[in-house]
Formats: sequence, C-alpha cells, structure tokens
Amino acid sequence: MGMTISQKILAVHAGRDYIEPGELVNCKLDIVLGNDVTAPVAISEFNKLGLKRVFDPDRVVLVPDHFTPNKDIKSAGQCKVMRDFAREYEITNYFEIGQMGIEHCLLPEKGLVLPGDLIIGADSHTCTYGALGAFSTGVGSTDMAAGMATGEAWFKVPESIKFVYYGKLPYWVSGKDLILHTIGDIGVDGARYMSMEFTGEVIKGLSIDNRFTMANMAIEAGGKNGIIETDDITLEYVKKRARRPYQIYQSDADAKYYDVKEYDVSKMEPVVAFPHLPENTYPVSEAVDIVLDQVVIGSCTNGRIEDLAAAASLMKGHKVHPEMRVIVFPGTQQIYLEALQKGYIEIFINAGAVVSTPTCGPCLGGHMGILAQGERALATTNRNFVGRMGHPESEVYLASPAVAAASAIKGRITPPWEIDNDK
Amino acid sequence: MRLCGKVHKFGADIDTDAIIPARYLNTFDPLELAKHCMEDADDEFPDKVKQGDIIVADKNFGCGSSREHAPIAIKGAGVSCVIARSFARIFYRNCINTGLPILESPEAVDAISEGDEIEVELETGKIRNLSTKEIFQAIPFPEFMQEIMGKGGLINYVKDKV
Repeated sequence: MGMTISQKILAVHAGRDYIEPGELVNCKLDIVLGNDVTAPVAISEFNKLGLKRVFDPDRVVLVPDHFTPNKDIKSAGQCKVMRDFAREYEITNYFEIGQMGIEHCLLPEKGLVLPGDLIIGADSHTCTYGALGAFSTGVGSTDMAAGMATGEAWFKVPESIKFVYYGKLPYWVSGKDLILHTIGDIGVDGARYMSMEFTGEVIKGLSIDNRFTMANMAIEAGGKNGIIETDDITLEYVKKRARRPYQIYQSDADAKYYDVKEYDVSKMEPVVAFPHLPENTYPVSEAVDIVLDQVVIGSCTNGRIEDLAAAASLMKGHKVHPEMRVIVFPGTQQIYLEALQKGYIEIFINAGAVVSTPTCGPCLGGHMGILAQGERALATTNRNFVGRMGHPESEVYLASPAVAAASAIKGRITPPWEIDNDK
Repeated sequence: MRLCGKVHKFGADIDTDAIIPARYLNTFDPLELAKHCMEDADDEFPDKVKQGDIIVADKNFGCGSSREHAPIAIKGAGVSCVIARSFARIFYRNCINTGLPILESPEAVDAISEGDEIEVELETGKIRNLSTKEIFQAIPFPEFMQEIMGKGGLINYVKDKV
C-alpha cells in the first residue's frame, strides 16, 4: 500500500519504512519552535527536567512576536524569560527585535524550515511550513518543552484528505480565497486530526506566498497539518535560503485518502468569512453592505510581499475612507524593507494607512489595533472568533489583501473590481 | 479516580479565545488566568464556577490556538473534568500532556443538562448523571496516552528518558 507525503515524512522520522494512519509513533524532530506567549510556559516545564542543554541549540527557534515590541510590563517579563533562556542555553536562532518577524513568515525566509522536515511549534499556525513540502504542526508548550529536551515528539499518524483545485483562477482570487472557500465547505472541524493535502493544476501554478497562506489556515479546518508537494516553485524559494540538506517527498499514486474534494475555481469570487467562525463564508459580492471601522492587512496568513503588493496595487493613488482606520503590518523586517524599496510603504502612507512593525499584535487582540464594543474590522488574518480582535461584542471579517485594500478605500466590504476594473 | 461536580454546559466550537482571551496571555499564572476563564463565552462563569465542577460541551471543544493557557485556566478555575462530543486536536493533546482530565461521549453531551450533578470515573470512562440516574460510557484513551496521564503528564513521562 502506498503512502501520502505526510505518512512518508512521519515514517522516515520514526525510522520506519511504512506506517499506517492511526498508529502512534515517536519521531525525531528537525525544528522545535516557540514564541513569547508559549515559550515561557515551555521553559518553566523544561526547567523541571534539570537539563544543562537543549537537544540541539541550532534546532530550537525562539521568536518574540506576539506582544512585541513589549506591550506592557508583564509581556516584557515574558520576553525577558525567553531572552535569558536563549542566552543561557546558547540558542542559535533567537531573533531579537530588529531581526525578528512574525514567526511563520520569518522561519521560511531564513531557510530554517525545509522540504521533508518534521517540525513542531508551540503556535497553532506552525502548519504554514507545509507549503514547502514539510510536515509541520502546532502543539502546546509542554510538547515544546519535551521536544527541546529530547528532540522527539509522539504523533498519531493522521489520515489525509486530498483537496484538488482545477480550472482557471480568476484574477482577484488568491490562496486566501481558496482556503476560506475550502473551510466554508468542510467546516471548522472538517479536517479534525487530519492532514490536508492541497493539489491540482491551480496549486501547481500558485506562488509560494499564496501557498503559505493556504497551508497556514489548515488549522482553521481542524487540520493537523496542511501540505503541498515540493516543486520548482518551492525550490526556487528554498534553494537560495537552505543551509543544510533537505529531502523531497511525494504521495504515492496508490496512497489511501480518507476523502477527496475537488473544486472548480473558474467561477470563484474572492471570499469573505463572517463572524464568528472562519467557516461562515460568502462570495464578496454578497457582503458589500457591511460598513467597517478598521481594516487590518498583514499577519502570518497574509503579511508577505505579494500580499502587500496586492494591497498597494489597489491603494495606489487612493485615500482610505475618512472614517476608517487602516493598519498594515508586514511579516518580517526583510518584507518591510522590500515593501519600502518597491514603494508600497509610501503608497500606504500616502493613502492614510498606518504601517506597523512586524507583530502578531492586532490579529489576536493583543495590541496595535484593538476593537471597541460594537466595532467591525475586516482583516487578512486567520480567525474571527468572538473577541478575537478586542471587545467580545466586536466583529471580524476575514478576507484577502485585495478585498481588504478595496474595503479600506470604500469604508465598507468592497470587491476589488470596484476600484480596478481593468483586471 | 472519581470526580464529582455540577455541570456547566457550552455549545459547539468553543475556541481557545473564548476559554482564555489572548488579552490575558501576558501571564501563565493559573489563578490569574482563572479569573477570566470562559469569560467571552459566559462572562459570569469565573464567578459561578466551584471547585470540582465539570464542563460539558458540544463538538470541537478547544479549537483555535495552541495556547496551553486554555487547560491551565480551566484547571485554575477548579474544573475537574471536561466532557465533549469531540475535542480539537491541539487542545486534546495539551490536556493529555498537562493532566487535565477529558472525556469524549456524544451520548452524555446530549443527555446532560446545565446544573446536573454528575460523577466521572476516569479509569473506566463511566459517567453517572446523579440528577437523572443515567449512566454513559466514554470512549477510552489509547494505552499510550493513559501511560502519559498516569505519570502525571508528558514532562514526568519524558524525565525517565533524558
């Protein structure tokens, strides 16, 4: 019996030739990741083991990105715990303010996560790296602590669902729209405990930034990981960044899938997810009456250079609506710099948007863009749960950077073609 | 181990932002977190929950973020056990790793009401509704997970290996 790409990566890391879905296996890890919210809890657990070193100081990655630059005294304390730990245990990949970025934009950019890797991260959006053909999954702090100590973790081998996208992708439809559409179809627990394998002619033509967006939101369907097979587009991104060998895996033709879902994208529109679940999806043309207070463009989902390019292309020469607050937060310092060099930052500032340092802040209602009672935001982020961006009686609508930019100009949810009808 | 308590019932897809909103994640002190446990789903919960009480919820409990602050807050609030139709993956894993008792039983979730007194026997997965005298059988954990829980969580389990 053949194996899926997810089975193969887990099997290799378990030292086995073949593993079945449902089996419990112990695997060697390539990378263990944590941030300023989850790492302090992990460090407290790790300290109970009384060890003098982590399993490999080059393979533990610590990124202060959630409440940084430190939003208050308690957050500063949490960051200090992580910084002190990184120094004491000589962690190679600790990224201080100025070097850091939103972790799931930063790790691929630095070449720290590679095809064929097995990665755990104490952050649910660790599934992002599946876009490179890695098996990557979110865990809690205790798993992170055990991973830092042993370089291993236990896994239940997941079943896989294959998602096949075919047809001609309309100009304004992005990876964000494909994944929101998919979550809308299967629901927020439609892939619970499972591997989501994205494939088909549309995926094969999709840019790496759009692939990151899709894999990033696998968790919003309950998925254990999202994964896309490594191809030339992946390798073009990876080759100039990798500083260690990597392995390319592909699903066997006779691999077994729990389900196969096929989507014809040809007539698809950009998608908007209404409060309070990412599965509440509508085509943008059915969402046009929603008046907004704030637009947020960025995050580990949509804070990469192509996302900023899409937003800038629409905002160029326009002003944001006078009753609207627009916050743009690039994913990393490098993306920020590239956006600056390409003139996107100037476009945003001239339009009346504010550009923030890389941070997870607004996405999770941490800081840098909290909503008051009754306020409504459209965001390119990944979750629209009750209270996600601030007051429990505020609302978040999820959409692509293009829809976000068009909506920023009009002050209400707006299809991109209302701003630019040449495309 | 027998756990006995009053039921607080919740619906489907209770996410970790509802269990403990991110605005409070600048600490992981259990008692601090407990003050805000479930507050975006039921703002009276932190005041009314008593030591030993049991949460009963519908499908996909704990979906969303990987924050271990969610089981820490629930434990900190004194909740002895969570019973759900199903659990989100990371939350399920975090509970096994940190020792918060959880059970999956769709039948129990359908039949148990807010305020019922129930008794849970963790070893056997038996759930008794003391208010209605009904008995339910939860789906047992795989042996490997029982072993981790038996050691009091993953760190104790790992201690023997490092």
